[in-house]
Order: sequence, then structure tokens, then C-alpha cells
Amino acid sequence: MSTLTPPRSGPARPVPAPQAAAPAPRIRRSAARGRALLGALYAMPTAVMVGLFFLVPLLLVGWMSLHRWPLLGAPTMNAPDNYARIGENELVGSAVWFTVKYTVVMTVLLFAVAFGLALLVQQRRRGVGFFRTAFLLPMAVGFASASLLFLGLLSDEIGPVSDLLRKLGVIDGYVSWTSGSSGSALASAIVLVLWRFAGFNMLILLTGLQAIPLEVYEAARIDGASRWQTFRRVTLPLMRPTIALVLTMMITGSLLAFDQFWILTRGGPDNSTTSLVMVIYREAFIRLDLGSAAAISVALLAVLVVFNVIQLGVLRRRS
Amino acid sequence: MTRSSAMSRWSYYVTGTALAILFLSPLLWSGWASLRTGTGFGLENYDRLFTSDNGIRLHHVLNSLTVSALTVGGTLLVATLGGYAFGRFRFPGRDVLFLLTLAILMVPYATILIALYVLLGWIGLQDSLIGLSLVLIMFQLPFSIFMMRNSFEAVPRELEESAQVDGCNSVSTLIRIMLPAVRPGLITVGLFAFLTSWSEFFAPLILLNSTDTFTTTLAVVNMRTASHGSIDYAALEAGVVFMAVPCLLLFAFMQRSYVRGFTSGALKG
Repeated sequence: MSTLTPPRSGPARPVPAPQAAAPAPRIRRSAARGRALLGALYAMPTAVMVGLFFLVPLLLVGWMSLHRWPLLGAPTMNAPDNYARIGENELVGSAVWFTVKYTVVMTVLLFAVAFGLALLVQQRRRGVGFFRTAFLLPMAVGFASASLLFLGLLSDEIGPVSDLLRKLGVIDGYVSWTSGSSGSALASAIVLVLWRFAGFNMLILLTGLQAIPLEVYEAARIDGASRWQTFRRVTLPLMRPTIALVLTMMITGSLLAFDQFWILTRGGPDNSTTSLVMVIYREAFIRLDLGSAAAISVALLAVLVVFNVIQLGVLRRRS
Repeated sequence: MTRSSAMSRWSYYVTGTALAILFLSPLLWSGWASLRTGTGFGLENYDRLFTSDNGIRLHHVLNSLTVSALTVGGTLLVATLGGYAFGRFRFPGRDVLFLLTLAILMVPYATILIALYVLLGWIGLQDSLIGLSLVLIMFQLPFSIFMMRNSFEAVPRELEESAQVDGCNSVSTLIRIMLPAVRPGLITVGLFAFLTSWSEFFAPLILLNSTDTFTTTLAVVNMRTASHGSIDYAALEAGVVFMAVPCLLLFAFMQRSYVRGFTSGALKG
């Protein structure tokens, strides 16, 4: 949301409240100052939370990345070893490649499905409330729980999927979806994410669709535009800000994927579905090297910041 | 009615129904699988969920409830005060603080959690439910502050001014006049904070490390990851149902206000 919604509060620097210029300036000014103080007091808890639990850790992770920082014991400065070692870490290389591949496939599929759903339930007609609820309901299930649900659903022991496909003649024999091959493990995770997140993204796209005034469609109809032309020339351009928001969230979310692989595929088979965040976790809590984990985190953060800045720039130029 | 519009209506219902079945079936299946036993249907799987060596215990559920209560309460408190400040006051540093709060969304979870693990250790909150709740509140802030700021901005100014003319001080104006006016926003923020904190996995995984402090989510996932041999899938599905039912019920009851608050508040800015 942050990428699309600069504060509407006007100038970047606080200006004195308008009352300050009114007659009897001294009294008004002190009243305005009192009100500013009150506002600052109300904002204090937010400032403390953001400062202590966001800004301090952000600086700390940069500081940690310059040290040999074991989980237990005193840290020692070793810059820039942690960064230099990122390149040597083979798992990082394969995780980067896998994470990028996953992000591309996931974003394309999730966007197509979510947009399709949004178009389907766009108009108010009978049954639309039920359909919307059905698509939204998975998002109430926690993502970790959803991953466990699919672990069972896709398992050969109790899951119906393999049985069903065997009866249909699509597969024969035993198939291990979540750990059999890297392709089927990736596909399992993709199906899980589609199920869990399509409804949420549909909801955001729906908001964008409903913000388009009906008169615009009416005008297109009068001009004799076909359905496809209306979609290409009217709906898509007017939806651009919403589409950009949804795509940013999908891409960021996919680059940071963890739960689905940690729980569903355990990163396997043979580390073929190990995502970048899984590598960070492994460096920190399995290899007990917090400095190395911090360095990878900082690199990942830099990539995301660059990505967001580019995205913001593209968006601003177009609008 | 023309033939083509009858056709399109028909295809709308067929597609919609097929997709609805596809989206609902995993939920229905997990309920069914959690109740199915070797001989028929019963609560055996739930029994194993709560009694087997790796299963969940009462204190895991209490831990989850504690974390959820602290997170929901803390988020509502901080976001109400902050949203009021951002929506109705001008003070030095206001816009910087607002942008910083939104910037939390841009920073990967994993990046700061490694540092938060160290930081919480320094201030004596390692492996603590309070520490975890504070972190979860921080992660809720971008959405919640944004939501509450928009809610407070939408309240007519006359309402607040007339209360002050009647002699209410600022705090009692906020509690008596403003809070009832922003109730839909509060419901959305509270519901969102509950859904996230109740089922959050990654933050507890990093910040909690003794089984005494595990939340239910960690304990249920542990049944899968700690088992070296065969996984007890049926008990696992019982765990999924146990975790999901409170969220599904809350969501179903509050979907209307949640979706309305979400669409009118979160995306309007």
C-alpha cells in the first residue's frame, strides 16, 4: 500500500496551523502550540514502537552484517567477510535462482486467477455474495495452517488428490507431490498459494474495478466497442494503479517466501525448493552464524528497495 | 431476454459454482479428514493431537491466546492514539513518522527478525510472549495506523468541536465522541490483528525457542517437522481444523464490516 499512497496531508514539512495567522496572534499561537504538543503526545506510542522495534533493528542488522556474530558469544568485527562469503555460498546461488523463478511463475498465475475471479464477481447479481465469500474464506486460515492442510491433502496416505487422479487415469502408481520431484514440489506450493491468496487479491482488484464509473462503460458501448476492446482500452488503463499495487505485493511476497516451502516441501528434494529466506534462517539458526544471515538480509533488503524505487518511478511517470 | 445474455448468465453460474467448490473443498476435506478414523468417524485424531508426545498441550493454546490478546489490545491502543494524532493534529515530525511507519511494509520480515532476536535478548525479552507480541504489534502498525488515520479524518469536525464547547477535555472527547464514530475501523484493525497473531508462524519460530513458550501454530507445525519417521497426517488435519475454526467463524461473522472497512479505508488514501 505504501507505494501508492503518499500522505495526502500536503506539504512535507509541518506548517503552522492556519489559526496562527488570525487576529490576537499570541493567544492563538499558544493554543496551536498546545494542540501540536497534544498531537505529539498521542503519536508518542507509535514513535516508540517504530523507533525501538523497527529503526533500531534495521540499523542493528547492518551493524551485525559487519561482524562475526555467533548465536552465543561475543561478536568480533570482520567486515567485509560476510558479504564476500555470500558469493561463495553455493546454496545462496541456487536459492536466488529458485526464488526468482518462483516469483515469476507465482506472480503471473496469481494475477491471472485473481483478476479472473474479480471479473467474475464484479457485478451485483444473484449468488455473487456466496461466490465472493467462497473465494475469500481461505484467507481466514493462517498460512502455516494452510500449508499443513495441503500437506495432508496432497499426501498419498490420507489425501484424495492422488486417488482421484489415479481413477481418472492421469497418473498411475505412487506419486509424492510435495517431495517427489522439484517440479511437483514447486507445483504443490503454487497451488497452495493460489488457493490461499487469490481471494485476497481479488478483493483489492474488485475495489479498483468498482471505482470505474459506469458512464465510462456506457460511453464505450455507445461507441460500438466490443467486450474485448472495452477491457483492453477502458478497464485495463483505468485499473493501472490497482494492478501496480497488486503486482508489487505479489512480487514482494513471493521474493520473501518461507512458510510454504519450510512446511510443505522442507526445501527439498535436494534443496531444489529452498528459498532465499530459508537460507537466511538456516545461516542464523542452524549454522548459528547471525552475521552471515544479516549480510544476506541486507543484500535482499537492498534489492527490494531498488525494486520499489523503480516501481514507484514507473508509476509516477505514467500517472 | 436475448439468447446470448441467457447463455452468459448460465456460464457465469457454472463457472462460479465450479470455482466455489474448488475453493471450499480443501476446507471441507480437512474437517472430514480430521474426523475420519480407521473404523468410521470420531474424535480419535483430536485425542492424539492433544495427547501424543509431539502433540499440542493446553499451555500452547493459552500461549496463543495470550499473544493474540496482547497483540490485538496493543495494536488497538497504539493505532487509535496514532491514527487520532495523524488524522487530526499537526505537530513537528508528523509526516516523517507516518512515512517511517508505512516503510515497515517495505522491509522484509526476515531482515529485521534476525536483529530483533538479538535486541529482545538485550532487553531481557528473549523467548518471551510479551516480546513476541510487541514485535507483532509493530508489524501490524502500517496497516492499522493507515486505517485509523483515514477513519478519524472521515469524522466531521463539528462533532469534535461541539464536544469541546460542552467542556469535554481532549481525552474524554476521544473516548466518548470519537471512538464510537470510528468503530468500523477499530473492528477491521482488531480482526486483522487477531487473524495475523493467532496464526503467525515465522516470528514465533524465530523469537520463541523453548517448547514451554510455543504457540499452537508452532506446536502443530512441530508435529510435522520434528517427526523423523512417518507423519500422523490425520492428527495434523485435526490441528489445522483446531487452528482454523476460530478464524473462520470470526471472519464469517465479521466479513461484511471487514470487507467494507478494508475497501473504504485501506485503499482510499
